[in-house]
Amino acid sequence: MNGDPVLEIDEGWWGWIRSKIPPPGLRRRLLAIGALILVVEAGLGVRLWQLQVLRGEHYRELADHNRVRLRRLIPSRGLAFDRFGRVLVENRPSFDVVMVPEDARRPASVLAQLEELVDTDLPDARKSVALRGSRSPFEPVVLARDVERETLVQVETHRLELPGVSVHVGPRRSYLYGEELAHVLGYLGEVSPTDLRDREGYRMRDTIGRYGLEKQWEDWLRGSAGGQQVEVDAIGRELRVLHEVSSTPGANVFLTIDVDLQRAAFRALEGREGAIVAIDPRSGAIRALVSRPAFDPNRFSGGISQKEWSALVEDPLRPISDRALQGQYPPGSVFKIVTAAAALEEGVVTPFTKIFCGGRIKFGRRYFHCWRRAGHGWVDLHDAIVGSCDVYFYQVSQRLGVDTIADFARRFGFGSETGLAIDHENGGVVPDTGWKRRNFGEPWYPGETLSIAIGQGYITATPVQVASMMATVAGGGVRRRPYLVDRIETADGAVVRPSQFEEQSVGLRSSTLTQLQLALRDVVNAERGTGRNGRLENVEVAGKTGTSQTVRLRKDDAEPGEVPRAQRDHAWFAAYAPADDPEIAVAVLVEHAGGGGGAIAAPIARKVLERYFAIPPRSSGDEG
Amino acid sequence: MKVEPRSPQIDWLFLGFLAAIVAAGISTVHSATWKPGGDGTSAIALRQGLWTTVGVVVMLFVAAVDPRRIERSAYAVYGVVLGLLILVPVVGFIGGGSRRWIDVGFFALQPSELMKIALVLAVARYLQADEPLAGLRFRDLGVPFLLFGAPAVLILVQPDLGTTVLLGLVFASVLLMAGLRLRSVGLAVSVAGFAAFWAGELVWSQLKPYQQRRILTFLDPEADPLGAGYHVIQSKIAVGSGMVWGKGYLEGTQNQLRFLPEQHTDFIFSVFAEEWGVVGCLLLLTLYAGLILRGLQIASRSNDRFGAIVAFGILATIFWQMAINVAMAVGLMPVVGITLPFFSYGGSSMVTLFLGVGLVLNVSVRRFLFLKPGRR
Repeated sequence: MNGDPVLEIDEGWWGWIRSKIPPPGLRRRLLAIGALILVVEAGLGVRLWQLQVLRGEHYRELADHNRVRLRRLIPSRGLAFDRFGRVLVENRPSFDVVMVPEDARRPASVLAQLEELVDTDLPDARKSVALRGSRSPFEPVVLARDVERETLVQVETHRLELPGVSVHVGPRRSYLYGEELAHVLGYLGEVSPTDLRDREGYRMRDTIGRYGLEKQWEDWLRGSAGGQQVEVDAIGRELRVLHEVSSTPGANVFLTIDVDLQRAAFRALEGREGAIVAIDPRSGAIRALVSRPAFDPNRFSGGISQKEWSALVEDPLRPISDRALQGQYPPGSVFKIVTAAAALEEGVVTPFTKIFCGGRIKFGRRYFHCWRRAGHGWVDLHDAIVGSCDVYFYQVSQRLGVDTIADFARRFGFGSETGLAIDHENGGVVPDTGWKRRNFGEPWYPGETLSIAIGQGYITATPVQVASMMATVAGGGVRRRPYLVDRIETADGAVVRPSQFEEQSVGLRSSTLTQLQLALRDVVNAERGTGRNGRLENVEVAGKTGTSQTVRLRKDDAEPGEVPRAQRDHAWFAAYAPADDPEIAVAVLVEHAGGGGGAIAAPIARKVLERYFAIPPRSSGDEG
Repeated sequence: MKVEPRSPQIDWLFLGFLAAIVAAGISTVHSATWKPGGDGTSAIALRQGLWTTVGVVVMLFVAAVDPRRIERSAYAVYGVVLGLLILVPVVGFIGGGSRRWIDVGFFALQPSELMKIALVLAVARYLQADEPLAGLRFRDLGVPFLLFGAPAVLILVQPDLGTTVLLGLVFASVLLMAGLRLRSVGLAVSVAGFAAFWAGELVWSQLKPYQQRRILTFLDPEADPLGAGYHVIQSKIAVGSGMVWGKGYLEGTQNQLRFLPEQHTDFIFSVFAEEWGVVGCLLLLTLYAGLILRGLQIASRSNDRFGAIVAFGILATIFWQMAINVAMAVGLMPVVGITLPFFSYGGSSMVTLFLGVGLVLNVSVRRFLFLKPGRR
């Protein structure tokens, strides 16, 4: 370092030359800094000596076979329970035989040995082993999934002859009610590249909910993964766990569904395509949600084959689609409840106003028919509902106009999703003048209002919406949001997401409500009622039938058997019971029934109600 | 009075050390990213070479700039870089779990890298006034602390704990060198600690859960055996398995089989250690020591305080980065994402470091000394 002094030079504005005399401490400081540098470097050097010379052999050994492996601990997925705590889906252990080719050294021959041992050919395994180029090193290849106990025993006892081969226990999702709860619970699938990109905590080949509850509540059900650092020996067997972070199990979901009722409803719809929805009108809790045809979600648990998946997707009866929530159908005569409510509220008729039904009316240049060719004669509102007179409602609709009807329809929940927390709901269509203009560019023609009044034409609804409407009437004119999930609990029972209710009054006068309720009661119980097939012996049922046409202006004279399936009417029946203090509301839809609501749908609803009232409420389930 | 202009003095020894380190670096990057059976040099190594060339050009340019201009623009440079840092949370993009970069078309600009230089410039500028004979007192440090604190907080919330700590070490080193009194050091440390704690509390509550989780992993990597803890174990295995003579160039099995995560960036030293053993490592450490010590000599010969402090600050940056990175690789420190200077792959890091070296060279290349004409 230079210590010679130089002339002191004027500072001033140009004088940026500073004195060259080092400040007193500088030399000392620089020496200290130099020493610090050497000390730090020496420290690093010592550490290097320790790792590379003193423990070099040990690390060389670990490196040679990468003896320290990472193992991920998959969290146990949350379960689902029904309202009485009966388990609906669980995780059962599945044993997979895996191989780490690097440990096996000659993977092909080890595989051959395995095949001989278990006396089976494993062509898929051979393929996987051959294709192992694109894997991470030391990642296991699955040879056989979900093997039988005997295979398991064979592999375990012959471990020494099968280097690199081991048995891996994994969870497999088991749906205890199979098809019966398929659309509600959903199924699992493998994560997609999009999921991997957008969501945290997933690795390749993890499972993720793909449909239904499994998908909607994935974040709750999944839990979080843990991990282990494991030291293994030369053939890949675990020696010891060096470090572990445990996984957090997923939370359990408690549904409002009553699985006994669900099963009864599913069986009641046997041989048919359609949906059944049962709601408790006091709260909005869904007690049963059935869609047929269905599929077996257990087929997805091990990974579904391409062939099977294609078969499901291409099936013309669309088993994957959830008719209860997604199916949009013209509601037919069950919609008359809305029209009637609108008529009374708006005062266009009184309960005593009589209108004559002769079997048809003329509007413009067309005739609009009543389903009863002979007509109903003079009918008031009560009679019109009981007999499901179309003409009465045609007349009423002209006095109301489509926009008013649409308004009441929306108040009852039609036209938009109910907000049920399942991912795949549709909202149906409630047309009005604005809607027609937006979608067709045409004005609304008054003749179309007549169709709307009886639930035909552009208007469509889902079975859950119809059930919800019925529950609203049963529940005193208060619309309660239907919900499926009662609460979510962690593995140790702490409630993390309690029930969430939502309700809103439809705004009906109590006199209107009473009129409706009395009429609905007589639909089922009076002699002329169209819903007599829904009648129960010891419980009074109230309800409404509906038959919605799929094709306009087809021949009414044709016999049901002669009409092609796609042209057959849908059959509806919506009901609640007991009529004076309702506990349950049910909607049944039978697609392309080949018969009316009263004939086809009502008996199905009756079976469901029978089951409901045969079981007294209890707090825990012990029969499946 | 005019002083003879000295001929430009290029410090060849300094450049020699640097060249050796850079060469070793590029070849190690090649080893870390080369695919066996692949054709020729790895693309990443070539890119590293490209950035090195750019860096050398920048270095020469900076070395030739009039030092007065550097001094005059110190605060302006600091202001610009601080502005860029503020822009990061606004327009920056996220990579590898934190938001540090701004996309400038064909490359990604990392303002926190530039701040290493800018902070040194600004602090040097502030401290260039003659130090009082008794040394700087704590109370003189108000502005420097602000100069440090503002970017430190911005970088901390990216989140980038490593660079923040590095900045702190460099800042402290510069202060010490600039003459901070020893007893003031104690006071400074406690105030800094308190301020950091208080600011940390504030900042922590503003962070989102996943950001908090990442910082916790930074602080305790053992809590995440699937993440950083695994890196360290694999790194130690790589380093240790080098033994005395190493496995030979391109023969590192940990590296070739891709067990070392981030092997061309954070853990490049492990790759080197596996291939060259303790002999190679000690040699490399010696090269770094040589570079730094020679640089200190340059700094001490400087005629002006500003240049000396700047040079010192740059050298401190290089030293601490090296020390932290190697400590990380051998398991003496948790993984904090600091790269090995002139070694790890990284364009903006390379260019920034060369810029810094240019500033050091600038000091050694002082050409003219002159004064206002006419004065006696």
